[in-house]
Amino acid sequence: MDKMNLTKHISSQFNEEIEQVRNHVMAMGGLIEQQLADALNAIASSNAELARQVIANDLKVNDWEIKIDHECTRIIAKRQPAASDLRLIMAIIKTISDLERIGDEAERIAKVALESFNSAQQDLLVNLDNMGRHVAQMLHDVLDAFARMDVEAALAVHREDKKVDREYEAITRQLMTYMMEDPRSIPKIMNVLWSARSMERIGDRCKNVAEYIVFLVKGKDVRHADDEKLEQDARS
Amino acid sequence: MKMNQDKLTAPPVETELKLSDEKIKLQVNDLKLYYGDALALKSVNMTIPEKRVTAFIGPSGCGKSTLLRCFNRMNDLVDICRIEGQILMDGQNIYDPKIDVAELRRQVGMVFQKPNPFPKSIYENVAYGLRLQGVKDKRILDEVVETSLKGAALWNEVKDRLHDNAFGLSGGQQQRLVIARAIAIEPEVLLLDEPASALDPISTLKIEELIYELKDKYTIVIVTHNMQQAARVSDYTAFMYMGDLIEFDATNKMFTNPSQQQTEDYITGRFG
Repeated sequence: MDKMNLTKHISSQFNEEIEQVRNHVMAMGGLIEQQLADALNAIASSNAELARQVIANDLKVNDWEIKIDHECTRIIAKRQPAASDLRLIMAIIKTISDLERIGDEAERIAKVALESFNSAQQDLLVNLDNMGRHVAQMLHDVLDAFARMDVEAALAVHREDKKVDREYEAITRQLMTYMMEDPRSIPKIMNVLWSARSMERIGDRCKNVAEYIVFLVKGKDVRHADDEKLEQDARS
Repeated sequence: MKMNQDKLTAPPVETELKLSDEKIKLQVNDLKLYYGDALALKSVNMTIPEKRVTAFIGPSGCGKSTLLRCFNRMNDLVDICRIEGQILMDGQNIYDPKIDVAELRRQVGMVFQKPNPFPKSIYENVAYGLRLQGVKDKRILDEVVETSLKGAALWNEVKDRLHDNAFGLSGGQQQRLVIARAIAIEPEVLLLDEPASALDPISTLKIEELIYELKDKYTIVIVTHNMQQAARVSDYTAFMYMGDLIEFDATNKMFTNPSQQQTEDYITGRFG
């Protein structure tokens, strides 16, 4: 799909460069989706091996970020992109830094799988898993919206973040109860809390990417805007 | 304490220029221009703001140079050219039959693509306009030559050889000499038709820097094929296509988020 005529430049070389950097963003996004899914699966199945793989793979995520940054720098230097091309490059540069941070959060989540939990504590992990699946879906949707430059889909992700915030609050309260009941479990529970925190941050970062999509397509900077203004700008 | 708080606050985003806030220097009303039967400008309406740089961009043959030449009636010199509509400068129609065209062209100076110094000395090139006006006082001439050459950022390079032939200068220097000649007679508007397209990148940057400095004193209208140049030097940009003014807005807006698809396609190098 080519809503913004990205590949209609007179310079076919420029078309290829743009196409390539977009493909790389999607590839990086795919890798991070996989990382997050693996991290969640590692926890769900207490699979330490998989968790270690996620931790090792984070280096690949970092490489993608550096590579795409270089590509964008080169496009700016050589093509002096303007208007929608410029917004695309800006959006990509910002998106990949959020994606890289999501990768870091996935790594942190994976570390929970390296802990061993007793059966009572397993309950906690179920709620954590639900929240994890929720943000994984958000990540999937926002990457999809980015690929299709779909403002409506981006807005839907943006709204979704509020639900994640509420889930995070609920989990925090639950974990606090556990810690009060059984102080010896505090170190372990703290790990669970940190990973819930990581998930909440992933939701925030997906929301950021959703904002870059609005900027890319509509040319409106909607960061830190209230919801009403955001929807208004995105639809104008 | 309050001081500290102010330092912590990010300065507001540079406010967008707005045409509606500007003082109007030139106003084009429903301007149509024919070359014979061919309609080269189709009802153009626009305002050129005072002491700003306005750039015209568009593909070859879109009418941007034609429109530029209307501002000092250079098109009068083309026999088959016919004009309808008005151009008001400070509210006065420059196509009024009572207008003294020579005086108009003194007020509205023009610089062309190829530097066109006269086959005279550097000094005489700059002094030419004043001599035409009958100024003979050497002191006045010396002073105007110096300030004009300084204004055109050429003084330091030529002050020791003012009486050498102007053809001995490089292309970039010749172009700045022509600009010095244009500003020597203190015009109000400067029209620049591709002023840097025959120059190397360094000379081009010098001309662009000069344009930036000159806009404090003059209303500048520039036609350029170099889009990045328009983006660099101008406050406002007009995009023309096939005799129509498609979009005219603050340069910052035009190059980041233009409203018209045709503008977008042109400045990003797409085929529309």
